[in-house]
Amino acid sequence: MPYVDSIKEAGRVMTICNACRYCEGFCAVFPAMELRRTFSDQDLRYLANLCHNCRGCYYACQYAPPHEFDVNVPRTFAELRFECYRGFVRPRVLAEMLRHNGFRVAILTVLSVVCTVMLLFGFQSPEVVFGIHSGEGAFYRVIPYALMVAVFSVLAVFVLAVILSGTVEFLRKTGTTPGKWFDFRSILRATADALQLKYLEGGGQGCNYPGERFSMIRRWFHHLVFYGFMLCFAATTVAAIYDHFLQRPAPYPFLSWPVVLGTVGGLFLLAGTGGLLVLKRRMDPAPTTPQTTGMDVTFLMLLFFTSLTGLLLLVLRETPAMGSLLAVHLGGVVGLFISMPYGKFIHAPYRFAALVRNAIEQSRQGD
Amino acid sequence: MVASNLFNVTLSQTFDVLVIGGGNAALCAAMTAREAGGSVLLLECAPRHFRGGNSRHTRNLRYLHEHASAYLTGPYLEDEFWEDLLRVTGGRTNEQLARAAIRQSANLGKWMEAHGCRFQPPLRGTLHLARTNAHFLGGGKALMNAYYAAAEKLGVDIVYEAEVCELEIREGMFISASYCSNGTSRKVRAKTVVAAAGGFEANLDWLKEVWGESAENFIIRGTPYDRGRVLRMLLDSGAKAVGDPRQCHAVAVDARAPKFDGGIVTRLDCVPFGIVVNKHARRFYDEGEDFWSKRYAIWGRLVAGQPDQIAYALIDSKSISLFMPSVFQAIEAPSIRDLAIRLELNPQALEETVALFNRRTRVGSFDPAILDDCRTTDLDPPKSHWARPLDTPPYCAYPLRPGITFTYLGLSVDESARVMLQDDRPASNIFAAGEIMAGNILGQGYLAGFGMTIGTVFGRIAGREAAQHALRG
Repeated sequence: MPYVDSIKEAGRVMTICNACRYCEGFCAVFPAMELRRTFSDQDLRYLANLCHNCRGCYYACQYAPPHEFDVNVPRTFAELRFECYRGFVRPRVLAEMLRHNGFRVAILTVLSVVCTVMLLFGFQSPEVVFGIHSGEGAFYRVIPYALMVAVFSVLAVFVLAVILSGTVEFLRKTGTTPGKWFDFRSILRATADALQLKYLEGGGQGCNYPGERFSMIRRWFHHLVFYGFMLCFAATTVAAIYDHFLQRPAPYPFLSWPVVLGTVGGLFLLAGTGGLLVLKRRMDPAPTTPQTTGMDVTFLMLLFFTSLTGLLLLVLRETPAMGSLLAVHLGGVVGLFISMPYGKFIHAPYRFAALVRNAIEQSRQGD
Repeated sequence: MVASNLFNVTLSQTFDVLVIGGGNAALCAAMTAREAGGSVLLLECAPRHFRGGNSRHTRNLRYLHEHASAYLTGPYLEDEFWEDLLRVTGGRTNEQLARAAIRQSANLGKWMEAHGCRFQPPLRGTLHLARTNAHFLGGGKALMNAYYAAAEKLGVDIVYEAEVCELEIREGMFISASYCSNGTSRKVRAKTVVAAAGGFEANLDWLKEVWGESAENFIIRGTPYDRGRVLRMLLDSGAKAVGDPRQCHAVAVDARAPKFDGGIVTRLDCVPFGIVVNKHARRFYDEGEDFWSKRYAIWGRLVAGQPDQIAYALIDSKSISLFMPSVFQAIEAPSIRDLAIRLELNPQALEETVALFNRRTRVGSFDPAILDDCRTTDLDPPKSHWARPLDTPPYCAYPLRPGITFTYLGLSVDESARVMLQDDRPASNIFAAGEIMAGNILGQGYLAGFGMTIGTVFGRIAGREAAQHALRG
């Protein structure tokens, strides 16, 4: 659906919802809607990104299809969110990445894994690749330390810059500025909302996912993914500190902070992404758009793949498979990194920005 | 067993309780009867998507409670409840049944929650009713979803798209019912029957019998499935009627609303802030007689009494933000003349009406929160409050039609929800609950969330009594 249509449809639907308001107990979207009488394009983009797609309002809606008013808030907002993801991508030439996103991210990842493996075999002899390495610096004997640091530093800077500029663009296109948006108390409040996934609670009983029944299952799986991701991030950070400041290069013993954090995080990610994938197969497709299925599934599979290869690497690190696994794992991580601003991951900064804006608006109402 | 279509239900068996209808009262009856140990078949004439009758358009339920809770801001006791009911009905109520409904509504919230209902805490949109009425999280359709899930889990057999087209009743005794589904007719036997199939407000032919051809211009706010077939069959089989067949609850809705099922969003709350004219561009009633919450329910009948059953609410830009946003855009124009042209009214007549109104408007201090002193002098009809000259373009208009919520004619029942026969004996195995018998208690007027109270209380009574009767043999 072209941008103009999805904005127009969102405006039509919000006008109906604002005359009804039965759903105001489900989430943040409807109380935010009630602060307005008319809806600018900026308002609609903001509301669409505030929506967590819990679907409570779809099953509760007396105007849901086949009613002639054809109100489907989660689907309408999913379409508009997707247009936002495409519209705010920087650099603009890469906006095409969002079209057929599942396919493109998958290809990108495969390419990145293949390149890493080919480079490994191109530059290292088979004795090194298939050798058994142990003790300090084992990984770096296969792939040089400096190369790893260089590649990931460049990638991190690139990814952060793209996500930040996209988020600034998001703020601008939803009618605010980074200055107005930066409100310490509201950021704290939004952080709490995000860490709890408050709006996947559907007013206390969970969301209507995968089907019409209320359930907390999606929230728990999402928690596993999020906290698993954060644990892996923490593992990497601790490892970097060990390496740079304590002169203790990887690999680390099983009972060390980096390995424990990474293992628990990896298991969380496997369970969380696996669970979400299973739910996605079973979900009622009516309250969402088929446009984003590829994007969602690929992102989950990519996280699943990197956690799986990471855990395998841990288990098999003192076998001849280590060299190839390391290349495959790092290739996967590179794919994940590069695709972060161009895929499902981007929902996180936009959702957070919308939550902060919501906290600001609602606290003003309280005054 | 959950029946998604009629073929899954074993129709050769004799059910203990047959429930006709699929709204709040029907589900309360079905769940209660099943919990009492009876086998229950529920026939809903709507398809699954539109199940739940008018209950799917509701939002809250009024019940007796001694203490505030997470969902109710203060106590609501029998005396006040009864006074409220007396006030709105002008005394046209059966006190015995009304008091039964009130008393047995005590702490209904607990029972509802035990059957899947979720309430929401008082929020911006619900504050004015927050002490007396508990609001369903997500509204009436969410409540219906929860009840259907609970009923299925309890083992109630449910058939959708099953309209009962024949009742076999011999000397006041129910024998069997036939229902039509997908063009075929099937007969089902049960020891008892609960009629919970609503009123006849969606039956235009029946409405025309009462209102004449003008009913053609009525809008039905709720379900198109309340055609009154069960009500008519029972009345024809010797059940005693209650309630004024000429009365219905009607509000003014946007004339652009769909013919059926437009629900809450088609209402218009702008009347007290402007003027209302008919197709001859003349005013016909005091728009500012009282607060809108106390007057909205008379405007359906007022509009129904105007030529062609159409009226137009006019405001100027001073008032555009004073009422709940409505679903249809206002018709806008830079002048009264242009507005008349857009509404296809006589421009000169409308200009004269507005000019006269403006001249006779006494400037006071405007305050929508109180019965203020902005009123007209020497004008017929007057406008008693919130009268301000229409002088600030752009001017806005909303076309109005009568929107019927429900009808009052129903089945007379006793305290055990048994249907009374014309010789004033209660039928032994025929029960009624919900809108089909609400006329016993609501002779006229309406009390927000009280239809759901009657449906829940009498649904439970009917379910319990029917199961008891069936299981006694």
